[in-house]
Formats: sequence, C-alpha cells, structure tokens
Amino acid sequence: MQDFGAAFGQAFALILSGDADLLEIIGLSLRVTFSAVALACLVGLPLGAALAVGRFPGRMAAVTVVNALMGLPPVVVGLGVYLMLSSAGPLGVLQLLYTPSAMIIAQAILVAPIITALTRQVVEDLHGEYDELLRAMGARRLATIATLLWDARYSLMTTALAGLGRALGEVGAIIIVGGNINHVTRVMTTTIALETSKGNLSLALGLGIILVGLALLVNGLVMGLRSSAARLAYA
Amino acid sequence: MLRPSVLAFTFLAAGLAFASPAAAEEKFIIVQSTTSTQNAGLYDHLLPIYHEKTGVEVRVVAVGTGQAIKNAQNCDGDVLFVHAKPAEEKFVAEGYGVTRADVMYNDFVIVGPAADPAGVAGSKDVSGALERIKQAEAPFASRGDDSGTHKAELALWQASGIDPTADSGGWYRETGSGMGATLNSAVGMGAYALTDRASWIAFGNKGSFGIAVEGDQRLFNQYGVILVSPENCPNVKAELGQQFIDWLLSDAGQSAIADFKQHGQQLFFPNAKTS
Repeated sequence: MQDFGAAFGQAFALILSGDADLLEIIGLSLRVTFSAVALACLVGLPLGAALAVGRFPGRMAAVTVVNALMGLPPVVVGLGVYLMLSSAGPLGVLQLLYTPSAMIIAQAILVAPIITALTRQVVEDLHGEYDELLRAMGARRLATIATLLWDARYSLMTTALAGLGRALGEVGAIIIVGGNINHVTRVMTTTIALETSKGNLSLALGLGIILVGLALLVNGLVMGLRSSAARLAYA
Repeated sequence: MLRPSVLAFTFLAAGLAFASPAAAEEKFIIVQSTTSTQNAGLYDHLLPIYHEKTGVEVRVVAVGTGQAIKNAQNCDGDVLFVHAKPAEEKFVAEGYGVTRADVMYNDFVIVGPAADPAGVAGSKDVSGALERIKQAEAPFASRGDDSGTHKAELALWQASGIDPTADSGGWYRETGSGMGATLNSAVGMGAYALTDRASWIAFGNKGSFGIAVEGDQRLFNQYGVILVSPENCPNVKAELGQQFIDWLLSDAGQSAIADFKQHGQQLFFPNAKTS
C-alpha cells in the first residue's frame, strides 16, 4: 500500500500550501462543530444536572433513555432533520435545509444526549459527596444544580470534548441535511467522503490526517486551558 | 464568579452560528443532481463560468437520481439535472416539473478486472456479456440505490432475460451506494460493474481494472434538465432556475459542456435541441 505514504505527503503539502478551499472547509467544520456542541451544552448541562439531582417518578427510565440516545444513528438523525426542514416538512418555511444551520441542528441533536448523559453521571457522583453539606447550608435545588455544575466544570470539559469528538468526525447526518454543497455546506468529513467516492484515496486519507490533527489540536488546547485554569483556581 | 460570562459566551456562540452571513445577499438556486456529474468534476468546470456571467450561485446537491427526484418532489430544489429519462418524464407528467429537455449524453461501460473471469473483455454486446457474467457467476457490483445508473443496469439485465437479484448476496452484489463507492467496492472485490464513462475516466482508484464492454447502442446515457414546478412548489425560484436551464441549453452552455475534459478526454457530449 503506497497510499499511506502518499496520504501523509498530501496532508503536509495541503497544509503547507495554505489552500484557500481547504481553509474554508476547515473553518466551516469548526464553526458547525463548535456551534452544535455549544447548543448541546446549553441543553445538556442543565438537563443532565437536573436528572442527577432531581428525585421524581420515572427518573431511572429518563436516565436510561438519555443513555440509550447516545447511540443515535447519525443517518437517522439526518433523515429526521431533513424531513422536518424540507420544504414539504413542518419547518420548511424556515428555508434552513442545505445551510450550515441545518447541519448545526442535526449535530446538536446527536451531541445533546452525550452531554446530558455524561453530565448526569459526573454531577451525580459529586452530589453524593456534597449532598449533606449543601443541605446543611439550606441550598435550594436550583442553587444546588448551579453549584454542582460549577464545581464539576473541569470534568465537564471532558464531557464537552466527548461531544466535540462525535460532532467533528460525523458525516452521515450532515451530508443529508447539508447536501455537501461546494463553498456552502462542504466540511472536512463530507469532503473526505466525496474524495473517497472519486477514488482519490490518498487525498481522502490526507484530509483525514488533517482532521485527526485538528482534533488533537482542539483537545490539546482545551486540556491546556483546563490545567492552567485549575492551577489558578487551586493555587 | 465567572459563570454568567461563560453562559453569555455560550449564547453568543450559538447566536453567531445561526446568523449565516452573506448567504442571504447572494442570489442562488439549488440543483438536485447526480453523483456521476459531480464526481467527474463537471460542476467545478461549469459553475464558475456561469457565476462569472450571471452572478448567480448554483448550489448542487449530488445524490443518486432516485433520491434527487424524491428531494425535488419535496420542493427541496429549483432545478433537477439527472439521467433517467423514463423517471424524468414521469416526474413531469405527475406535475412536479415544468418541462424536460435533453442536455448532453455520454455512455455507460462495463468495467472489470484484468483477469476477466467471465471472458467478456473487448465485447460490444451487452446482453451477451451479462449472460456470460451470470454463467461464470463472476462477481458483479451493482449500485442497488435506485440511481439513474442502477435503473439503466436493471433495464439491461431485463433486456437480457436475466433476474440477477435472485442471486443477490452471491455473485450479484448490491452496494447500495454512489458510483464512486461502488467502483471502490468493485475494484476491492474484483467485480464487474456498470458505470458511466465520465465517472470511470475521472475515477482515481482503478487498480488493474479497465473497460471490458463498450460501444453497444443500448449503453447510451442521456442527461436531462427540468425546472421544478412553481405551481406545485411555491418556493421555487422559477426565474433563476429557468435562466440556468436556458444557459445550459444555449450555445454558450453547450460548448462549456463540450470543453470539459479530464485526462485529455471529453466526458459529456452536448445534444440540446436547438430551438
């Protein structure tokens, strides 16, 4: 297989050339992914914490459902979002199909269960430790949730990274609702799918290497941020 | 307490994501089309020329012909540019499209491994070749995705009096994916496959494969263009869509199609009727 060697060569050549199309695609990938994860965090963090702290009938069932939804098949989510956003669908008037917004919605739906489920676990563990203290302080439920989320913030960064990982590498949902339109909705993963189908295997693999490098970079930045923030906080 | 600022930032990020800049200002249409034209690189050649001339951005969604027609029926496109004439005529007859016009043609070929287990290389008789493939039970990779190429392939089997789906999973393998993905599978499995010539010439992972069967009249592959009916779909940009169709059928559009070459070969042959 000379494809692997060629792929690394292609990856480096592409990065060094600073190809405008490549930068555009990387930029859109990051924009879609970060927006989707931000949206998912907005829903998932409070929801996960509420599931962890709350005591209501059917809680175990809700937790099980959220955990199961972590395995949502991307193609099914893409199809569902397509049917909603299609001109023939209930949200067709918004004209969001084949736009980055549609891709963000689809990925937020994929990522939200991951954020919710992992937040639930993290906060529940912390709640076990802090429960008596918080009760002694007479904290109300909302204050408890806010305090626990804040105290778990460094662990929750890993939760967000898990969501980021899911979104950054995902292709099944966004290729359906985005349409892989050049200069509009083409991102790293859909480009890799397209180049693979053109039989340009080493170029596709080269783009894959860049995507993995991008994931490494983002994770490294977040972990660096986390450790320096933690040093400041606990110094 | 940093919390409110973190929250504010999150909201800001989410807000930014939904405000898609520039897209609202530029005039654009959506064309539902096929993977073969996109994979061959035709749009990378045509669309910049058209954008330069008119300032209209053409956004191509490249899926199988079956899915493209379905999307257009759902009003998710302004123009349909595919290659399955009977299905296109049905689309117009049922009121989803305005009129259908021929744009260009090329031909299908059967590609296969150099080892040629069915002994069909060099044949010009499609039916004979398909019969030999079946008799030899040589692997054959089918699109299996209701695309234009898949419809054409099924029609060729039928014309040869063979029902390959009876052996599906055996020598007849339905990949259920696009042209390029199916060619990748065919090369990987050493299987024969039907492909349009443009996809094959532009394909970069040929391995030992070459064209085995070509030149039969039944391998003709016609592309047509249709404006999605604005009566059926009020959101269709009829004027911009028609403008693009008119350009495709005009002398300028037709010669732009003829000028498109890959590896020194012309991939699509314009044949719009001059009005």
